[in-house]
Amino acid sequence: MQTTISLEIQRYRPEQESEPVYQSYEVPLRKDWVILDALNYIKDNLDGSLSYRWSCRMGVCGSCGMMANGTPVLTCATFLETYAPGPIRVEPLINFPVIRDLIIDMSEFITKLKQMKPWIVREEEQPLSDGEYLQTPDQLTEYKQYSMCINCMLCYAACPIVGLEPGFLGPAAIALAQRYNFDNRDQGKKQRTEILKEDNGIYECTFVGECSIVCPKSVDPAGAIQRYKVAAAAEWWKSLLLPWGNR
Amino acid sequence: MKTRKSIDPFWWSLFGTGGVIAALCLPALLFLNGVAIPLGWIEAPSYEHVLTLVKNSLTRLFLFVVISLSLFHWAHRFRFTLYDGLQLKHLNQLIAVLCYGTAMIGTIASLYTLWGL
Repeated sequence: MQTTISLEIQRYRPEQESEPVYQSYEVPLRKDWVILDALNYIKDNLDGSLSYRWSCRMGVCGSCGMMANGTPVLTCATFLETYAPGPIRVEPLINFPVIRDLIIDMSEFITKLKQMKPWIVREEEQPLSDGEYLQTPDQLTEYKQYSMCINCMLCYAACPIVGLEPGFLGPAAIALAQRYNFDNRDQGKKQRTEILKEDNGIYECTFVGECSIVCPKSVDPAGAIQRYKVAAAAEWWKSLLLPWGNR
Repeated sequence: MKTRKSIDPFWWSLFGTGGVIAALCLPALLFLNGVAIPLGWIEAPSYEHVLTLVKNSLTRLFLFVVISLSLFHWAHRFRFTLYDGLQLKHLNQLIAVLCYGTAMIGTIASLYTLWGL
């Protein structure tokens, strides 16, 4: 019976090498171990210099996204056994610059995310004395799915358009824009749509659909983008046919 | 990050409606005219019968919408296949003209054919 499995990990130490290299590690193949456990085992027992991000170990924080045999996964939710007899090739998420080993630079993603104003935008705040903004369960259901996003960026690694068009705002940012657009307390849809209907927005997406396949939280960003396209196209025709309307 | 007013929603709405119409109508039309009638499952209608049917304004309109929007659906899909799939980013304008131009020529040809009968 197989007792160990080999991990081929992409290493990149900018002070040491100009190109990434692969390094192999043999780790115990335990039934209850996920790839993140194996990385922690390597860090603790075999090679303390290995760098990677992780935090919660339970699919909530979105820090431990990496490529496993070419597919973007949350390493805390991907069992070693799935890949037996191995080896497992572990690489940083593609479509992002690499800072070191398995750590990517996410600053571009954060910039894109901020452009979407992922918070409740109000034209006028209602005074505290009026109490909270009320919401029915049906109104919650409208956006709840899109609110499950943990910003793990697996969808950015899966999306071929993100790779081809670095300016594309990308699946998670657009799904999060929808999360607030569909929230009855929000009034910022117009501002978000202004950005999203133009270059680098929703129409860059060609509905490959990989973002929804890799999403660990079933957010379905591809669906969110298609819904946005339908709404924006309807708006476009409306402004063409009824130019005197609400512009 | 304000940029030029994009015409993408226009092409995309032709692509989207074309996709829906093609998916709904083409399989049925292909099954009837390409499988069921040639195999004799359904009795073949006479030429005069089909001609009378096509000369009806509603049939003409239906065929025109199916043909034209299917072509625009193809044009948009093929444009991005060339653009992204073959990495011909530098030929963007030429590709767009060729793809949508072909769909427009097909649209005019179907107009001419259907209303020239």
